[in-house]
Formats: sequence, C-alpha cells, structure tokens
Amino acid sequence: MRVTQISIFLENTGGRIAEATSILAEAGINIRAMSLADTTDFGVLRLIVSDVDKAEKALKDKGFTVGKTNVVAVQVEDKPGGLNNILKILAQAEINVEYIYALLKEGKNAVMIFRFDNTDNALCVLEANNIKIFSGEEVYAM
Amino acid sequence: MIFNIDFETLPREALAAIQLKRLKATLERVYATVPFYKTKFDEAGFVPADIRSLSDLQKVPFTTKKDLRDNYPYGMFAVPMTNVVRIHASSGTTGSPTVVGYTARDIGTWAECMARALSAGGAGRRDIIHNAYGYGLFTGGLGVHYGAEKLGASVIPVSGGNTKRQIVIMKDFGPTILTATPSYTLHLAEVAKEMGVSFKDLKFKYGIFGAEPWSEHMRAELEETMNIKAVDIYGLSEVMGPGVAIECHEAQKGLHIFEDHFIPEIIDPATGDVLPYGETGELVFTSITKEAFPVIRYRTRDITSLSTEPCICGRTHIRMKRVSGRSDDMLIIRGVNVFPSQIESVLMKTEQVEPHYQLVVDRVDNLDTLTVKVEVSGSLFSDEIKVLQSLEAKLSHDIKEYLGVSARVKLVEPKSIARSEGKAVRVIDNRKI
Repeated sequence: MRVTQISIFLENTGGRIAEATSILAEAGINIRAMSLADTTDFGVLRLIVSDVDKAEKALKDKGFTVGKTNVVAVQVEDKPGGLNNILKILAQAEINVEYIYALLKEGKNAVMIFRFDNTDNALCVLEANNIKIFSGEEVYAM
Repeated sequence: MIFNIDFETLPREALAAIQLKRLKATLERVYATVPFYKTKFDEAGFVPADIRSLSDLQKVPFTTKKDLRDNYPYGMFAVPMTNVVRIHASSGTTGSPTVVGYTARDIGTWAECMARALSAGGAGRRDIIHNAYGYGLFTGGLGVHYGAEKLGASVIPVSGGNTKRQIVIMKDFGPTILTATPSYTLHLAEVAKEMGVSFKDLKFKYGIFGAEPWSEHMRAELEETMNIKAVDIYGLSEVMGPGVAIECHEAQKGLHIFEDHFIPEIIDPATGDVLPYGETGELVFTSITKEAFPVIRYRTRDITSLSTEPCICGRTHIRMKRVSGRSDDMLIIRGVNVFPSQIESVLMKTEQVEPHYQLVVDRVDNLDTLTVKVEVSGSLFSDEIKVLQSLEAKLSHDIKEYLGVSARVKLVEPKSIARSEGKAVRVIDNRKI
C-alpha cells in the first residue's frame, strides 16, 4: 500500500518551478498533490502525479534530477483532532514522520501524504489501528 | 613498449654527457641569433662558454611568459622565417598570445617525443587513436596526431566538439586509445550515457589525458567509467607541446621527461633558487634540441617535484610528479594557498559526487569567500532536505579539514556548470583587487 512520489532538485532561481510544471503539462500529466521544501540555495519539489513513469521520463529528458520515494496516503477525518489522532498512534509506536502534506479531500475525509523513516513499520501500525490507507492506483486516479 | 630504446634507457651518466653537449650548442646559438637572449645574458654577465657542467645552468637567467609576450610575435625565433614550417599560438586568454614556431626538424623531434609518449601510454602500431584534443593553433591536436602517425598507429583526427558525432565514431570505428582532456572525457561519457552508449562496452584500452591538472581520484573515476588504464601526459606549447613528459602505463607513477631533449629544474618560485630532487617547486625547462623556438630556463608556473628513482618500465629518464597546480592558478583565500585540484580530490573522496564542480571566489566586506558548486546527480539526490544539507555540510567540513580554508558548498542542478570541449574552467574569481 505504497504511493510513489517523485521529487525534483531545484536551484532557487526564478521560474524553475514553472519550467518543471510546464514539462508536466506538455506531457499531459496531472499533478495530484505537491509540496515544496526549500533552503536558501535550493529546493526539493515533491509531487504525486497521475503517471509516475511518464512524469519521471519527461523531467529527466529535460535535464532535471528526479528521485522516486515511497510515501503513504492516509485517510484523515476532516474534523478537529483528526490528524492528531493519527500522529498520536504513530508517536506511541515510535515511528518518525519525515514530512506530511495534504493531498485532497475525499468525501468527508481528507487524504494526506506521509513520508516515514521506516515505511514498513508505519504501515503495520496504521493497519493495526484500522486507519484507511490508499493504494498508489487509487491515489494516481483520484 | 619503449619506442626509442637507445635514448629512453640511456645510463644517466651518458644522458648527462649528451645534455651538456646539446645545452652548450643551444646557448651558443641563441646568444648569436636571438637579440633578447644576448641582451639578457650580457646583463647577467654570462657567456655561453661559462657552461662547463650541467650545474652551471644555474648561472643562466630565467625566461618568463612575459618575456615571450614582450617579443610578440616572432622576436624569440632563432631561425629565419624561411626555415619555419609551422606556427602555433597559445589562447591568450590572459593577455596577448604566445607564438611559437617549428622548423621541419622540430616537427620531427616533436613527433618522435609524442610517439614515445603514446607508446609509454600503452599505444602501438595496431591501435586506433581517437584524438579529441583540439586541432588548430592549440598544440594538442596536431602534436598527438604527428606522434600517432610516427608510431604507426591509425589516428582519427576528430578534434574537440561535435560530441554526439564523436560517440557514434567511438562506437562504429572501434578506437582503442583515447587522447583528450580529462574534463572533456567526462563530458563525452555523460553524453554517451544519454545516447544509451556505455563507455565500458567500447574498445578503449588506454586513455592518455592531459592539458589541464587532474587528480588521482579523477583517474580512478575515468578508469572505472571507461574500463581502461589512464595515464597523464604533460606538455606546453612554449617548450614544444604535448609529449614533453608522460607517465608509463606500467607504473602510472610520475611522468618521464624526455631528457635528451629537455632539461628540467625545480626552483623556489619566490627566490629562484634551484631545489634538490624530491622537493616541490616551480618546474623550469631548457630545450636542448629545438631550432626555431629554443627556450632557456623557461618558468612554466607548474608546481611539481622531480625523482630520479629507477622505474619498473626500464626508462632511465627522470620523473616529475603529476602537476598539482599552476602557481598562477593557485588561489590565495584568506592567506591559504588553494589549488583547484586539491578541492577536486576532496570532493571525489565522497561517494557519488560527480566530477563536475566549479570554484567561485569573491570578496565580501574585504573578506575572501570561496563557494564550491557541486552538481547533484541522480544517486546523490534525496527527497529529504536534511540529507542534502548534511551532504553540503560534510563537503564543507572535509574541505576545511584537508585544506584549512572555509568554503561554502552549494549544490546545483545537473549540467548547470558549463561543459568544456577543451580545458575546463574550474575557477571564477570575482575579486576586484
């Protein structure tokens, strides 16, 4: 139950994000979710896209450094304390979260992307607590 | 194989006798034919007859790059133009170019030295040499070319540039020896990979790399990428061109200088005093067989040391260490001497760091700053910022530890550092001093 995220190395120069997104647009790839982490020099753009292989190839062909990482798409109740419940479960199981960002809302619930240091353990804990996890296919088609 | 077994394995006493005879003749000739040398010798109170032993060479004044420029274009020629059959020139990026000339015999001497060099580097009559040194005013291309023909190998005069076509030629023509600058070779490997061609699958056995300083780590990288043995070649147009010195592929430890044609010395660049063998200083050359453009105690600015230790290949000629830098490439950053090749060594110790880097020096509030740009390759990249930041911190720390200078390491996108088809531009110095 993993989702493949692609990430791109970007220098902090004007217009670089737009260059990446225009490559994806031309390739007919839809962006499901994204997050940008940055430092003074560079940034890492993380993306969940409709077609991972096609996006990776299109970006690599244009000279971008592209990485692929396994992340987990978790259903979060859209109410106060919804995210907190999940983080509490993870904290009790001593699972580290590297980063989180929001995907979208699915009915009454939100879907969030989690990057764990140990994805296997995290999946076990989440499943044991009956937290809904989405598969890659489900997420790419959302 | 040793191309000229008689001269390359001469006992050192016999070699010294030949050197002395040729040195005397050269000094007498330049004194008589080149007004610059006559004036300079007269001012120093030196006459060629003062040379009784090789150590008397120390009495002769030095020649510098500035002297060559002051006599631009033909002032240093020792023969009339009717006897000059070839002219080459340095790029002149830092001033007016230096013009050098060759008689027909000089071209023959150069081909002989270059044939010896190729042979020491692993080439033979059966080899096909892909010569990617630039052809033209630069001595690299034609120097290697004449040597390859003299050796009897088949030479592909591909020159620099047109990189994709070079890859096709490498694949289809099956060259076994590559001659190129190390930085251009890395660019070739990169383009080959993009084209789906693995350098390992090509027929190359040896690579003969030079024309810019490079490190042992770069050697390891090139040997691994191409599945070859890589040797270092040395030369400079003022002294002749490529083929002044070469590493033998047997030892890969220091470059044999063809001492029956060139006398090397190592001096303290500050005082001009000759240093004993083994000590590091500036390399100085005197040519003893050249006709059109003899150079007398020419200061190369290259930093190295000399060793007379016998070599396993059987050559008796002295060996110079790989050039660690040029005294004019040397950066002085907050009082610390830094050579780009030292930074390269540090970077390439770290796994997965690509050999594409550039040093940017600036002066902010009267303080020198050094920024080292390093390209982020696929294997180096992580989706986690902290991993990338700790890589920057590690490289900065290593540079500080090995070189004693603080540097800011900046990760940059792949291919953002301009690729060269000749000598790499490793340093951008923005200081206005």
